[in-house]
Amino acid sequence: MREIVRAAIAEDAPLLVEGTGSKRGLGKPETGLANARRLSLAECRGVTLYEPEELVLSARAGTPIAEIEALLAAHRQRLEFEPMDLGPLHGLASGLGTIGGVLACNLAGPRRIARGSARDHVLGLTAVSGRGEVFRAGGRVVKNVTGYDLSKGLAGSFGTLAVMTSVTMKVMPDVETEATLVLRGLADDAAAGAMAAAMGSSAEVSGAAHLPYAVAGRVAEGALGREAATLIRIEGVEPSVEARAAHLSAGLSRVGRLERLEGEASRALWRDVRDVRPFADGTDKPVWRISVAPTRGHELVMSLRMAAAIDAFYDWQGGLVWLRMEAGEPEADLVRQAVRRHGGGHATLMRASEAARTSAPVFEPQPDALARLSKRLKDQFDPAGILNPGRMG
Amino acid sequence: MSVRMPAPNGTILARRREIVEALRRIVPGEGVVAEATELKPFETDGLTAYRQVPLAAVLPETTAEVAAILSYCHANEIPVVPRGSGTSLSGGALPLADGVLLVLSRFNRILEIDFDNRCAVVQPGVTNLGITKAVEHRGFYYAPDPSSQIACSIGGNVAENSGGVHCLKYGLTANNVLGIEFVTIEGEVIRLGGKHLDAEGYDLLGLMTGSEGLLGVVTEVTVRILQKPETARALLLGFPTSEQAGACVAAIIGQGIIPGGMEMMDRPAIHAAEAFVHAGYPLDVEALLIVELDGPQAEVDHLLAVVEGIATAEGAVTAKVSQSEDERARFWAGRKAAFPAVGRISPDYLCMDGTIPRKELPRVLAGMRALSEKHGLAVANVFHAGDGNLHPLILYDASRDDELSRAEAFGNDILRLCVEVGGVLTGEHGVGVEKRDLMPEMFSEDDLRHQQRVKCAFDDKHLLNPGKMFPVLHRCAELGRMHVHRGQVPFPDLPRF
Ligand SMILES: Cc1cc2nc3c(=O)[nH]c(=O)nc-3n(C[C@H](O)[C@H](O)[C@H](O)COP(=O)(O)OP(=O)(O)OC[C@H]3O[C@@H](n4cnc5c(N)ncnc54)[C@H](O)[C@@H]3O)c2cc1C
Ligand SMILES: Cc1cc2nc3c(=O)[nH]c(=O)nc-3n(C[C@H](O)[C@H](O)[C@H](O)COP(=O)(O)OP(=O)(O)OC[C@H]3O[C@@H](n4cnc5c(N)ncnc54)[C@H](O)[C@@H]3O)c2cc1C
Repeated sequence: MREIVRAAIAEDAPLLVEGTGSKRGLGKPETGLANARRLSLAECRGVTLYEPEELVLSARAGTPIAEIEALLAAHRQRLEFEPMDLGPLHGLASGLGTIGGVLACNLAGPRRIARGSARDHVLGLTAVSGRGEVFRAGGRVVKNVTGYDLSKGLAGSFGTLAVMTSVTMKVMPDVETEATLVLRGLADDAAAGAMAAAMGSSAEVSGAAHLPYAVAGRVAEGALGREAATLIRIEGVEPSVEARAAHLSAGLSRVGRLERLEGEASRALWRDVRDVRPFADGTDKPVWRISVAPTRGHELVMSLRMAAAIDAFYDWQGGLVWLRMEAGEPEADLVRQAVRRHGGGHATLMRASEAARTSAPVFEPQPDALARLSKRLKDQFDPAGILNPGRMG
Repeated sequence: MSVRMPAPNGTILARRREIVEALRRIVPGEGVVAEATELKPFETDGLTAYRQVPLAAVLPETTAEVAAILSYCHANEIPVVPRGSGTSLSGGALPLADGVLLVLSRFNRILEIDFDNRCAVVQPGVTNLGITKAVEHRGFYYAPDPSSQIACSIGGNVAENSGGVHCLKYGLTANNVLGIEFVTIEGEVIRLGGKHLDAEGYDLLGLMTGSEGLLGVVTEVTVRILQKPETARALLLGFPTSEQAGACVAAIIGQGIIPGGMEMMDRPAIHAAEAFVHAGYPLDVEALLIVELDGPQAEVDHLLAVVEGIATAEGAVTAKVSQSEDERARFWAGRKAAFPAVGRISPDYLCMDGTIPRKELPRVLAGMRALSEKHGLAVANVFHAGDGNLHPLILYDASRDDELSRAEAFGNDILRLCVEVGGVLTGEHGVGVEKRDLMPEMFSEDDLRHQQRVKCAFDDKHLLNPGKMFPVLHRCAELGRMHVHRGQVPFPDLPRF
């Protein structure tokens, strides 16, 4: 890997780093790059260390997430950040993502609000920087403050600082049981209140999502029907799940009609929320992923509904808004202004036609001082600009 | 003290009066401390073996003042050492003779509490416990709980990525901070994250957390607050050998149980703690485990039974379950007072902080016993058993000629052993000056150079907290050159302190 990067530097040939390319459509399209080569990590795969009792796993960066999850499941363990699979949203097969790709995009599913994102679970890694030098960061133990946390620094860097060759992750025990309480028929603002109350209770809720009526029918093969559904997930040992479900139900049943899903029915529902199934429609209508303070999500959506034809649903207690633009235009300015007016956050264009991704900034533009600092970091790690040029533009 | 700091810059020392006046123009009144007697309290932090009176101390109250101080120091190439409450155990806040000490203790206001979004926005000088105090009337708390929580500041916690006994289940500072505002050495104010999650772009929040004051000065912190668990109960488990205690820890986790806290103490630590606080610890065991289970009553009851079963199977000779909040507090009292308890039986002690893969515990404890004989100094162990973070306390007497240097050599050997078994030099106390020269034990030259490139992106003149964390300060211009040639000694002309 080091020699590939060095050759690329010497020949001034940019590298397009990819796991399996499942997120190729993500970020700025790679057009107009003379000389560019793809650097695929697909051959760089395999779990190299797994010690269940130590809650640690190391794998080469191109190892499919699906392979890792299967191995963990066999030992009743899991990746707690619930990595999402964006394949379906982009009209691709499921299960293509790699551990390197997931960390490079710092993607996490519904459990993010309770247990953190990919960056919260990475313990260490080995990488080749854009200087063609191999370096190691972090280690294999959970508590480690020896030097800067470069593993976090590479999380979310979309392969623009270094090519990861191997990653060490913290893994956690899988849960014995899960249940989902479903509140029916709530308007978005009432749902936000219910989710805040549930998350603010001692019931250790590990997922809080809201599907407005237009969206509810498009998860779990229509199992929820066309009525708004507010989902509250609890996981753990059986007696605990029972006790917490009872505690939450007592409060929530005052807000609306309550249903309850168990086991696989519950899991299927959260998989679909995680993978943005309601918008996995085979089109390239623009899809935004917006992160704001949880209580502001529904206000933001309300204001956007006044200005454009949109379809939306919420995860992360209402703070993660998935938004589909029905008219086919991303309307980046409209969306980003609304984010700023509602307490700030960021909006990422997760899906759009190549033309739309070329004209609209895919990532939230940064304030000047922050942009300059990020640029200096990029220049330190990849002075020749050889890794994924323009990807985060 | 055996770690050398960079030689003070004579030109800066000579300009002291002028610098103090300039600082007074930025922070009026008593915010600038320049008298030798008044500077004395700032000469050390929690690592008292190292002392240095700073050039001057400045205690700003606003972000604008911090920005003005930093841009002045940047323009005049004056080193700056940030300081919170000064409880660092690695010398992170050790002043420099030619450096301004930037003390954040007046930044002590809680700016906003937002229960619906489960976060609090606070200034960096607010103490760790102060956050919990401000939110507990609604049943909330801030989870990371370093033993120093009454005193240490949240800004210091961010700079050190501090942990505590509850980090096993609830994560470290890094996992509980949602956003910060910080000021760069150039005086630019930057906000990262906030009430929303996972800001895009490079994870600068992740890099800032644990950066030991070398990358920027934190002026505001948004933390996650959680509802307190419904109940918590602790088990006190005594074992005839530390191997059995270690096996019990592995078996609990192997069963898929992540306790709220899981702490171990060895015989010397048990005896010291019992003599000090009379916690009711058994004195005839080699290892003591405190396992705390928290959550809904039903869960705690269920898991208590499971854990008790595991402990018995692993050979526990004492097993007590706390029957009241009082009793639970008493179980913890000994562990929480372990440092002062050891302080009573020895004039001085050095607290080490390596982390190891849990399974290596027996090997490391055996190695430590051998090292204890080799260096002729006793050691007591307290241990965050759940996550493999060791705190060996090396007992010494600084008034005897070579005991401090022997203690330091002993400590270094312990940390080398930790690295050898796949662990790391520091789990929560930071590198600071204390472990600075050991960094090459864990990292290669290229590893360290990539870390320093982060430093160069933030502070290319090396003005923020120089002399900490890195054994060799590469000039950024030289680090900036592209790869030279394999095998060539990089920059042989650079100063090693
Ligand atoms: C903002 C955003 C927008 C998206 N938009 C689209 C879209 O429009 N169309 C579409 O098809 N998909 C899109 N996706 C998602 C994507 O489709 C995938 O589902 C997922 O990222 C697949 O993982 P992978 O391992 O195949 O990664 P890849 O797609 O191969 O890579 C993902 C990113 O990680 C980097 N990377 C991968 N491996 C490494 C490594 N070892 N070291 C360093 N960097 C590495 C790549 O350079 C790339 O920037 C988007 C994702 C995001 C976050
Ligand atoms: C008795 C005792 C018990 C302890 N127990 C624990 C424990 O259980 N777990 C644990 O993790 N630690 C523990 N510590 C260590 C220490 O309390 C922590 O490292 C704490 O976070 C330091 O906070 P502080 O405010 O005292 O920071 P200081 O000591 O003042 O500074 C520490 C470092 O942070 C930097 N810094 C401080 N404030 C800022 C800021 N606003 N911006 C940028 N940089 C800043 C300083 O430059 C320095 O490098 C203990 C210490 C003692 C004395």
